[in-house]
Amino acid sequence: MSEVHAALADHGHEHHPRLQHHFDSLEQQLYASTFGMWVFLVTEVLFFGGLFMAYIVYRIWYPDMFVHASSHLSVPLGTFNTAVLIGSSLTMAYAVNAAQRGARPREQVIWLFGTMVLGAIFLGVKVIEYMDKITHHLVPGPNFHFEDPAYQATAQIYYSLYFALTGLHASHMIVGMVILAILAYKAAKGQFTAEWYTPVEIMGLYWHFVDLVWIFLFPLLYLIGGAH
Amino acid sequence: MEASIAKPTNYLNATHGAASWFLTKDHKRIALLYLISVSIFFLMGGVFASLIRLELLTPAGDFVSSETYNKFFTMHGVMMVFFFLIPSIPATLGNFLVPMMIGAKDLAFPRINLLSWYIYLVGGLMAVSAMVMGGVDTGWTFYTPYSTAVSNTHVVMTGVGIFIAGFSSILTGFNFIVTIHTMRAPGMTWMRLPLFIWAHYAASLIMIMGTPVIAVTLLMVVLERVLHFGFFDPTRGGDPVLYQHLFWFYSHPAVYIMVLPGMGVISELIAGFSRKPVFGYSFVAVSSLGIAFVGFLVWGHHMFTSSQSIYAGLIFSFLSYLVAIPSAIKVFNWTATLYKGSISWESPMLYAMGFIGLFTIGGLTGLFLSAIGLDLHLHDGYFVVAHFHYVMVGGTLLAYLGGLHFWWPKITGKLYYEPFAKVSAVIVFVGFNLTFFPQFILGYMGMPRRYHQYPEIDGWQVLNVLSTAGASILALGVILPAFYLTYSWFKGPPAGPNPWGVTGLEWETASPPPTANFEETPIVTRPPYAFTNEDAHV
Amino acid sequence: MLSYLPFFPPQGSTHAASVDALYVFFVAVTAFFSVLIATLIIVFAVRFRRRSPDEVGAPIHGSLVLELTWTFIPLVIAMVMFVWGASLYFQITTPPSNAMEVYVVGKRWMWKAQHVTGQREINELHVPVGQPVKLIIGSEDVLHAYWVPAFRMKMDAVPGRTTTMWFEASKAGTYQLFCAEYCGMSHSRMIGMVTALEPAAFQTWLAGGKSTGTMADLGAKVFTDLGCSTCHMDSAQGRGPSLKGVFGSQVTLASGDKITADEAYVRESILTPTAKMVAGFPPLMPTFQGVVSEEQIAQLTAYVKSLATAPAAPGAGTPAPAPGGAPAAGTTQAAAH
Repeated sequence: MSEVHAALADHGHEHHPRLQHHFDSLEQQLYASTFGMWVFLVTEVLFFGGLFMAYIVYRIWYPDMFVHASSHLSVPLGTFNTAVLIGSSLTMAYAVNAAQRGARPREQVIWLFGTMVLGAIFLGVKVIEYMDKITHHLVPGPNFHFEDPAYQATAQIYYSLYFALTGLHASHMIVGMVILAILAYKAAKGQFTAEWYTPVEIMGLYWHFVDLVWIFLFPLLYLIGGAH
Repeated sequence: MEASIAKPTNYLNATHGAASWFLTKDHKRIALLYLISVSIFFLMGGVFASLIRLELLTPAGDFVSSETYNKFFTMHGVMMVFFFLIPSIPATLGNFLVPMMIGAKDLAFPRINLLSWYIYLVGGLMAVSAMVMGGVDTGWTFYTPYSTAVSNTHVVMTGVGIFIAGFSSILTGFNFIVTIHTMRAPGMTWMRLPLFIWAHYAASLIMIMGTPVIAVTLLMVVLERVLHFGFFDPTRGGDPVLYQHLFWFYSHPAVYIMVLPGMGVISELIAGFSRKPVFGYSFVAVSSLGIAFVGFLVWGHHMFTSSQSIYAGLIFSFLSYLVAIPSAIKVFNWTATLYKGSISWESPMLYAMGFIGLFTIGGLTGLFLSAIGLDLHLHDGYFVVAHFHYVMVGGTLLAYLGGLHFWWPKITGKLYYEPFAKVSAVIVFVGFNLTFFPQFILGYMGMPRRYHQYPEIDGWQVLNVLSTAGASILALGVILPAFYLTYSWFKGPPAGPNPWGVTGLEWETASPPPTANFEETPIVTRPPYAFTNEDAHV
Repeated sequence: MLSYLPFFPPQGSTHAASVDALYVFFVAVTAFFSVLIATLIIVFAVRFRRRSPDEVGAPIHGSLVLELTWTFIPLVIAMVMFVWGASLYFQITTPPSNAMEVYVVGKRWMWKAQHVTGQREINELHVPVGQPVKLIIGSEDVLHAYWVPAFRMKMDAVPGRTTTMWFEASKAGTYQLFCAEYCGMSHSRMIGMVTALEPAAFQTWLAGGKSTGTMADLGAKVFTDLGCSTCHMDSAQGRGPSLKGVFGSQVTLASGDKITADEAYVRESILTPTAKMVAGFPPLMPTFQGVVSEEQIAQLTAYVKSLATAPAAPGAGTPAPAPGGAPAAGTTQAAAH
């Protein structure tokens, strides 16, 4: 992600100050950047796809185990985090809008910063949840202990998937927050105008994608017990 | 040297110093960085291949120990597949040519392009350090549970190296796709794209959609090995066959990452050295996309003996036959292109003709393995080894060498000594066939893969000796170009913009090209391969 | 005839000739197209070689008729190949119901086989000629693959799964056995011999072999030792379902689905009992993962099979000619004991 951003923030040498020398026009450059982000997101979908595939296979094999194992996740915390993340998508959309309008740097920074804060809250709650799993010996491996011995072995598959999926998601959020910090810094210096706001725009695409992954993870990991 | 006399600046002499290379954003310089690094990895892979062949000279395991031999074939596979074959044509020739062929000044994201080389290097160095620290012995396929629970070698280090290098491949494919979509010169419509571009576009689709899956799969292996997660662990209800599915979901299409760019090279060579448009341009172009698409649906044919259901087996078998059709279309069209051409027998063309023949054999022997009834016998034997070397070496490597010879005058601005090149092309062809043809026979006779020693069965040793003899000839054939090509760079006569008398935007600019590729953005008015005025008005 | 050519392994099974026939067809197709393409390339390259430096080729761009021709013809050939290959596959993966069963376990780096009648072998396997043999394959550690080139047959041994393959030896002799799936250090030493004996000779061999009891007997002992019999009682009063007549029948699961109780289901029920619960029973059974060895799973499977038709109580020790057991050979042998 940061590479995409870095390349986009590259300073041109002639023409418009934001136009890189190998593009003919700002429109072409914007097209390339936005299109590039979509292509990148295709890659991301497939990246999570491998884990989702494993999830689907084992869910079909061990439906009861999934129900039992998932009952140890906190639905209230998960719901809270879902709300936080949806809120962060909203602030991100406002940030993109502010940059598009060429709003005052202060306004742009507020929205970007707000998105970061919501992201941090999400990660904080995630840390609490992880700590809880560690204290309850729900981390797969030799120390794993599941109350119902019938699921002692297979429940480790569920928690392997849980940690891999949410961990991968969280690492995407951390990367996103680093980029948000850089963008906020640049916004504060007034670099984004109605004429050139590409980095904020593609960052928006990325952030919404990360949210969307969570929208899948939340029901698949937390809510499957409710059906029973 | 005398070159300094009023010579126009080009990408090679525009700036000087190590930093101007290691921090370059010029796709042509990055291509050269890749050229040097993939050559080093090729050399390492080749050394391991030679050691394997030496061991198999005799039935007894008397040259090295089993552990060492197992590391040899693993490192051979890892180096060749992930660090040579996958980046070979796209990252060197593709990097150099994709922008030039479509009339662009550079790839869409030059910094990402440089980054991809560094990522590749970091991944490669990790794999090499794993090798130096004692190697890895799982086979390049990293099948679980051996890789996760049993092997005590450097699986994690190698796996992480490949994981990292995967992102280099993703970024290259990503860059190509965006570039081809957004940066074509005025008049360069999709149906005027050179077939090299179509092939790279198709291969890039696989890179961006397949590579992330192998990345996450290796991540799961590493998590299982290091943190004792249980994704594929049968003692916790996990399934080793799921690993195989995820692995081959990438690794079968990866075959097309390796061979599609080679097919693109061959289309250019055949057209150029016949001075004729490629027969059935649109069929050849679209067949690349067809291969990329159907190629994603056939991975299960690697698991016919892994107890998948009969019906899954039948579907994968059926789809595997379908993927043969677009390949067949290409072969027939290339052959038809020669008809009434003006064919010159120069070294790149020798490689191209060799490619068509060997790829035909490689492709058709793939059908043997798609027939489930036959695969139950042939699977995991030397027939498979021979088959994929016909595709990977007879296909990709020959295309790579042919392309390198063809564009060498463009890359360096110098001509190499053609008789040497012709001789080495013949040596490669002969050595290759002698190495791998006997392995088809060995495979049907029952010799399994990855065997350090083999029983003394009539004919087995003879065939293995032939194969080893062929390997030494092949080695000579691939080392020779390193010498005369390097020599030509320093001492060769100037090439001029278009030494072969062929078409294509890259031949309309100077050799070596200026940093911005063209003096001014070209405007395209003709389809590719328009050697006559009649061709131009199609 | 083909087996006398140096390019083929011996034909030791009834499959071998049909696999070889398909192979020869594929070789012919490959040779035809390779020679065709090579000839065309050479002929064109000579006939149309460049005669002057500025010469260009003829402006030919393509032909829809030709494109359709060389799309359609390969497609037809490919479909012939597919149908032939697939029907052969059906034929050689579906074991006849009278196949004699042998349990095989792959373990680094040896092949352990146990006959239903109890004889054990390591890196060897004795089978009668003219009798279909079904191997029930498991693995104790990593992936292996059981390959007998003379039989043109192989199957992976997958840890956590039960796989099967079958063949019918057509000629007496000894044939190479290989492990074909890489399994670590001594992979290339995980080889052995399969000996096909004439039926009479096979009976003699069986009689000479040391047997510690039939597999079903051994399984019955494991069944008692592990306490399985405390819940899986003969009557319906047990906490677990009675296993009489279960094997090969349709079992109704708690989820309402029906499943055929085969080798794979028996294994799964021992190792991950909660995965497919039988309807009407609570999920009480603990996993026996890590408690039973692969061989014991095989013995338990043989025991459960023997209950399918056997009227006797568990442990009564009468080796029943289970469905799928070797009928003629098996019973004669039992009588001979």
